Amino acid sequence: MIIDLVFFAFSGLLLLAAMGVIVSKNPVHSALFLVLSFFACSALWLLLEAEFLAITLVLVYVGAVMVLFLFVVMMLDINVAEMREGFVRYLPVGALVAVIMVAQMVWVVGDFAGDTFNGEALQQSVRHAADYSNTKELGKVLYTDYVLPFEVASLILLVAIIAAIALTMRRRSTTKYQTPDKQIQVKRNDRLRIIKMDAEVEK
Amino acid sequence: MDALITQALDIWYLLPEDWQTLILIVAKIVLILVPLMLCVAYVTYFERKVIGAMQVRIGPNRVGFFGFSLWGLGQPIADALKLMMKEIVIPTQSSKFLFLLAPVLSIGPALAAWAVLPFDRGMVLTDINAGLLYILALTSIGVYGVIIAGWASNSKYAILSALRAGAQIVAYEIAMGFALVGVLMASGSLNIGEIIEAQAGGVSNWFVWPLLPLFLVYFISGVAETNRAPFDVAEGESEIVAGFHVEYSGMAFAIFFLAEYANIILISALTSLMFLGGWLSPLEGLLGADHILGTSSIIWFFGKTAFFIFCFLWFRATFPRYRYDQIMRLGWKVFIPVTIVWLFVEAVMVVMQVGPWAV
Amino acid sequence: MMSSLSKSFRHFVKSFTLFELFQGLGVTGRYFFKPKITVQYPEEKTPMSPRFRGLHALRRYANGEERCIACKLCEAVCPALAITIDSEERADGTRRTTRYDIDLFKCIYCGFCEEACPVDSIVETHIFEYHFEERGTQVMTKKMLLEIGDKYETEIAANKQADAPYR
Repeated sequence: MIIDLVFFAFSGLLLLAAMGVIVSKNPVHSALFLVLSFFACSALWLLLEAEFLAITLVLVYVGAVMVLFLFVVMMLDINVAEMREGFVRYLPVGALVAVIMVAQMVWVVGDFAGDTFNGEALQQSVRHAADYSNTKELGKVLYTDYVLPFEVASLILLVAIIAAIALTMRRRSTTKYQTPDKQIQVKRNDRLRIIKMDAEVEK
Repeated sequence: MDALITQALDIWYLLPEDWQTLILIVAKIVLILVPLMLCVAYVTYFERKVIGAMQVRIGPNRVGFFGFSLWGLGQPIADALKLMMKEIVIPTQSSKFLFLLAPVLSIGPALAAWAVLPFDRGMVLTDINAGLLYILALTSIGVYGVIIAGWASNSKYAILSALRAGAQIVAYEIAMGFALVGVLMASGSLNIGEIIEAQAGGVSNWFVWPLLPLFLVYFISGVAETNRAPFDVAEGESEIVAGFHVEYSGMAFAIFFLAEYANIILISALTSLMFLGGWLSPLEGLLGADHILGTSSIIWFFGKTAFFIFCFLWFRATFPRYRYDQIMRLGWKVFIPVTIVWLFVEAVMVVMQVGPWAV
Repeated sequence: MMSSLSKSFRHFVKSFTLFELFQGLGVTGRYFFKPKITVQYPEEKTPMSPRFRGLHALRRYANGEERCIACKLCEAVCPALAITIDSEERADGTRRTTRYDIDLFKCIYCGFCEEACPVDSIVETHIFEYHFEERGTQVMTKKMLLEIGDKYETEIAANKQADAPYR
């Protein structure tokens, strides 16, 4: 009973927050609504005993991705009126995409495609014992059955990281910058030479 | 008296089971939070005393209770009263809801993280399997308080320093996360209770020794993460006079400081749990099982935590403030490589079964 | 080449063992246990030099005659223009002040008035704990200054005596 209540509370919150993302005029508010919907989503995943995924969602999307998103959105100067101008023009395309997505979801979740998501399979799902660790199970599957896709994905991410760093590394020759580790190593003798010389007398 | 207790017990057993668990959980939360908030208040007092002592002063010693000065122990209460009496000024054209939400967002995660911290064997609010992940997730949320405070203030100074503080927190979070991955590899569990049990068996089994670089990185990143000296460019009271919370006053301002001190206590507690064996006694076997310090107990946990809190204050009294580019350089170019290298070394040690991993 | 390599190696070791940071912690750690030098102000006070420059006073001779002869040297030397003096001939033919005001908001307590005075009339006492609660009361009149002088004459004389060998 309580679990049902929690489920409906968080799904309602998720729907409201998702609406907020697209309805609110201020882009910063939109981003914050997105954060809220991630939270609601992770709560739903917790109800499904997928605590690793739920917490990773908060850790990665809320803790890192959305923070950087907010950084960008806060620095932008967005003209809201201009943004709304094309609404009618883009409406047919948007509606088409929405209809296709709804159809796909019905196809997957509904009774048409195999038995993965239909009612019978859902009713058969069992609650695991208290010592069941979702993290451990996930790890086992990732590093045995799916080790190749997993490694390929990690390699792609690594390439993306290196590319991102390389993009910021262009160094113009005119740029002046300090190298602190060299600065603090400098001793007096590196910069200053004291020489002995006779006093000069003006003639 | 006995009649009263039996009467209370009768009422207790009449309650439905859901209610009983709910009441028990709320009682436990209160039992953790009230002493925690008191600790937060007295860490401010402790800080002023310690820094005073290091500067050859004596710190606050006037405000006491009932006419007795009691070494100034009433000071935090007086400070809190003063801040509560003050007006909370809300800047014009600011986003009022977010402005008031920001302090809550900054203190919430700092308090919520205590749900999975074990104080002693079995003495924990919720013993979840993904405890370490939960803590990582919650500490990463703390940055929202900073960013939203800066943005909602409708002030260019506030937003610039919110970006500055936010970037710093995000940068050091990565090093912290990697350091905790080392702990995870050493213990083979995400459950904090099991992490501590993995360190049982004397001082030499504590994770500080095999994970010494990770321990240092974790604690220093913790200092940076809480925006404390020498990484306190977010506040910088001596040169830029506060950052993201410039527009805050009264209790809303105080909440930010409560959050900062709550985070100090949290980081200290986590460091003692992850690397110094939490409640485990270093004198086990030396003093005999019946001695109070010889057995593993909550006293040791509090002692280790207090030591790390003292270190936070010691750092503040000792080190000059970092320049901002040096902070970023230290985080990205020193700490993250160091942790990755040590993770690799650790992995090799695990595979070769050397050191503490020799079976 | 060799020396620069060994230097940077030494620097590397030094920074990764946090040597200098622990040194700094050692310094503050030592001071943590040192005896504290705080003076508990209202109960304890720091010793004061006889030259201390606090609240002003006008002195009298032993026979009760006021010292000030209205020469206006103090008014002239005052860098903050804090002193205002009016003078008249008294019945016995001597020149005396009718008004001697010091505005304590303007005064910077430099002590020039005391040094300029040929008859040691205007002095600065040891009094430094005073305040004003109303606007206008910061102007010390001749009467008030003389009263302070009368009250603290022994102390003022003793301080003058103590400082005399160095003047």
